[in-house]
Amino acid sequence: MSSLFNPVVAALTFRATLGRRRAVLFAIPAVILIALTLVLRATHPAAGALWPSNVLGDFGFSVLLPLTALIIGTSVLGAEIDDGSAIHLLATPVPRSSVVVTKFAVSAMMTMVFAALPELIAGLLAPHSTKLAFALFVGALVGSVIYSAVFVAASVLTSRAIAVGLLYVLIWEGLLGNLVGGARILSVAHYSLGVANAIDPDQNLMAGLTLATSVILGTIVTIGALILATRRLSAFAIKGEPA
Amino acid sequence: MSAIELSNVSRWYGNVVAVNDITMTIGPGVTGLLGPNGAGKSTIIHMIAGFLGPSKGTLTVDGRPSWENPGVYKILGLVPERDSVYAFLTGEQFVRATAKLHKLPDLAGATRRAIEMTDMADAADRKISTYSKGMRQRIKVAAALVHDPQILLLDEPFNGMDPRQRIHMMDLLAKLGTEGRTILFSSHILEEVERLSGTIQVMVAGRLAASGDFRAIRRLMTSRPHVFNVRTSSASDDRRLAAVLVGRPFTNAVELSGKGLQVRTSDFGAFCGQIAALTRDNGIALRELLPTDESLESVFGYLLSDQAN
Repeated sequence: MSSLFNPVVAALTFRATLGRRRAVLFAIPAVILIALTLVLRATHPAAGALWPSNVLGDFGFSVLLPLTALIIGTSVLGAEIDDGSAIHLLATPVPRSSVVVTKFAVSAMMTMVFAALPELIAGLLAPHSTKLAFALFVGALVGSVIYSAVFVAASVLTSRAIAVGLLYVLIWEGLLGNLVGGARILSVAHYSLGVANAIDPDQNLMAGLTLATSVILGTIVTIGALILATRRLSAFAIKGEPA
Repeated sequence: MSAIELSNVSRWYGNVVAVNDITMTIGPGVTGLLGPNGAGKSTIIHMIAGFLGPSKGTLTVDGRPSWENPGVYKILGLVPERDSVYAFLTGEQFVRATAKLHKLPDLAGATRRAIEMTDMADAADRKISTYSKGMRQRIKVAAALVHDPQILLLDEPFNGMDPRQRIHMMDLLAKLGTEGRTILFSSHILEEVERLSGTIQVMVAGRLAASGDFRAIRRLMTSRPHVFNVRTSSASDDRRLAAVLVGRPFTNAVELSGKGLQVRTSDFGAFCGQIAALTRDNGIALRELLPTDESLESVFGYLLSDQAN
């Protein structure tokens, strides 16, 4: 893995991603979560309140984590492919697997900062929820990794990665994942909740998968997405204009 | 001595053929890829650069396929036409980052050499976002040259350059060519190719219309039939001029119309050189002399039809 991580590609990616206007969007879901937590803490401070697991679990894992990962994951490589600057990176002998893994690592790190860390902060701000906060933090770290692999792969596979990602998050995970049990086996949110629930079991988290299932499926999805992205990037073609 | 070889290469998008059965070998020196917009020049450059796979045929760079082979970039540099670079970097940072990606042993030396070669030393510390189009073009060339490649591909490299930058870039490419590198650049401007390269490949509508020495192809271009619309001060002068021109060896045909006369000539130079003197000597006032059908597309189209015949 370390030989696949290219620090030059990582440095360029950090600067390019954080320098874009859409970088402002990264922080918006986190700010909303923390603000919501502060409001609820002021209005419902009682011990045993249900809102911490509902807000941190539902909003945190259904909105904050997937949307932040979607914006970042599709930016780190997809934005460069869209604007054409990726060609300067790809016209070098750097292995395409190294490009994909580095972009994935940067996306995962940034998602951890903009989604998992705010989840921890919000959890610590909520009353009597320290253990839940750490459980959700670990779940969000896991989710940051898996979502990043999926969305980086989506940005290589399609130029409409954001639309595809939104459909996945809203329709598959948000709707089908809660209505149809089988849909959870392909839900990154449920892998993350499965890990969090194993650390601090809480019925209100509505975790539908066990720890073992979550870890195994999450690993398969992450590795599969990275292999798929590498294969696709190895055959990267500039969109031609027919004569 | 690195060479680029295309053998019966075609590339299509759906049912649109962008490049049709091209066979060519490009060796050391400067070669111009000439053709009108949409002729398939960029498709050829992208295929050679490994950013498009041929739909049919074989394409090798230094004996190895370039498609799905990032190793080819050790000997190949690419200057894409699209004006998108990491604009948040300075010119020096961009070239240096490229040198790092190539894992060059002497980063500072390679970066300085490439920047000096492209005459960008004065602007190297400025962010690329502040560069003019011509400067962006030159910093892209510097990045493409940083690893001292044997093959350099440039897609419309002179776009956006002012005349001084253009001359400097032409001198640089000529120098690189004489050093034994294989330089291939595309252009739709005849004069750019004429000034820079002895060898050209002319593409029209995805096909190779002409290939070889520029001067021979230039002669083909100028000896094609030319058509001029000519107008004098009166209908009687039109008729008199028609009578004068009919007897000349360079005149193929003269056609009178209500708006003057249309002259077809096979000798562009002789017609243009003599028409003024002929009208003056015969006391005819020349009001209008308009070449028709002089677009580059028509010139290339003539070459293609000539080749087909």
